[in-house]
This record gives sequence, C-alpha cells and structure tokens, in this order.
Amino acid sequence: MLQNILQEIGIENYIFLATALFCVGIFGVLYRRNAIVVFMSIEIMLNAVNLLLVAFSTYHQDAAGQVFVFFSMAVAAAEVAIGLAILVAIYRNLKSIDIDDLRNLKG
Amino acid sequence: MLTTLFYILSAITLASAFMTVLSRNPIHSAIYLVVCFFSIAGHYAMFNAQFLAMVHLIVYSGAIMILMLFTIMMMNFNESKIRKNNLVVVAAVVALCLVGYVLLATFLKAQPMIEQYVVTGEDYQSIKVLGKVLLDDYVVPFEMAAVLLLVSMIGAVLLSKKDKKIKA
Repeated sequence: MLQNILQEIGIENYIFLATALFCVGIFGVLYRRNAIVVFMSIEIMLNAVNLLLVAFSTYHQDAAGQVFVFFSMAVAAAEVAIGLAILVAIYRNLKSIDIDDLRNLKG
Repeated sequence: MLTTLFYILSAITLASAFMTVLSRNPIHSAIYLVVCFFSIAGHYAMFNAQFLAMVHLIVYSGAIMILMLFTIMMMNFNESKIRKNNLVVVAAVVALCLVGYVLLATFLKAQPMIEQYVVTGEDYQSIKVLGKVLLDDYVVPFEMAAVLLLVSMIGAVLLSKKDKKIKA
C-alpha cells in the first residue's frame, strides 16, 4: 500500500504543499521582528525544501535525495547552534533581540 | 484513505506553520513549530522513509526545538510586539504572493524527465541501502558534515562564553 503513494496522491500535491510551506516561511521572515521567530521561519523553509527532496527521491526511486536531506539536517543543526549563540551574545549587549534594534552598523 | 490522510496532515502542517508565524508569544510559536515538525515526520512516514522520519523527529523536535526553547527561556521576554507599520505587512504579503506565484509557475511549467511513475519494487530507502549510499558514494561530504558539526560546536561555545578581557 505504501509503495504506490505517489500514484495515489500525485507529485503535484506535494509540490503545492512544499510551495505553500516555503511561502509561509518567507512571510514569517519578513513579518516578524523577533529574531527567534525569524529563525523558526527559516527552519520552516528548510523543512519545505526537505519535504520536496524526499518526494522527488520517492518519485525517482533514488536514495540520493534522502542522503541530501540528511546533510541539510546536519547543516541546519549547525546553523541553529551558531545562530542562537549569536543571538545570546546580542541579547547580552542590547537587552533585546528585536530586529529593529540591530542598527548599530547603519551609517 | 491515503489521500484523506495526506490532506489531514497537510492541513495540520500549514495551519501550525501559520500559527508559528502569527502567534505573539515565542513559546507558543515553538510549540506550534513542534506540531509542524511532527506532521512533516508523518509525511516522511507516509513515504515509507522510516529512518528519515525518526531522524527528523530526533534532530528537529528533539535537539533544535530544545535549543530554541532553552534560549527563549533564558532571554525571558514576555511579549514581542508585532510591528505597527502597515506598509511592512503589505510588503510581506505582496512578497509572499509573488514568491508563491514564481515558484508555482516554475514547478508547473517544468516538464518531468520521467513521465510515468512506475513502481519497480526495488528497495531504495531502507536503512541498509541508505547506509551503503551514504558511506560509499557520499563518504567525503559525510566526513565534512562531521567537521562542520565540530566547528559549529566550538564556535557556539566561544560565542556564548563571557569575554572577561573586553569591557564593553
């Protein structure tokens, strides 16, 4: 039953879902001012891309797509660790992680 | 039945992603994001990619969300203000629609190389096959990922350590 999932659902529906999820992530990055929620939106975008990679890995019946998803998960974990460390350092200096407050480099 | 399951899971995914973006309290955002990750793991399980589903649950819902919740609780802010400026909201919505339009146009106009999906019954996503592909064809990126994780760990420790020499 699980083998023919793409015959039953269709790759287009997964493309629609991943596109919608990616757009939600973009909206979050542009709309929110809280840097942690911006990070969460970036995670949503990464997950949309991962979902589409797995869908096409099943479509082509090729394991390479899933291996790419493993690497992107490793990179996402490293990115979150570094990003949150940077946010903690910013919070220690500014007492705020509102993106509008981060304008010290503005001339 | 599979189609119904797909629609239910997709509705949960999209709704929880929207609630992540829209809820005021960052802790609520984190909890909605956990729900979103669980439903994406459900999608992976529907693809019969069991190992990937488990790794996704462990890495995202386990490690990354704990890290984020820990940071949120360490920073201890109560409510975050949504920006009052209406122009930014309009710009964000316009950008959302335009990116969605471009992505959909790209994906729908692209012709697939394989026209018809045929189930060959070949095993391509069990842990055995994935391990062989990962350690035969992709062994150099695998080691690079290990180095990347080590470097990011050292960097995170260095960044969040209190610097006693520099008096800001």
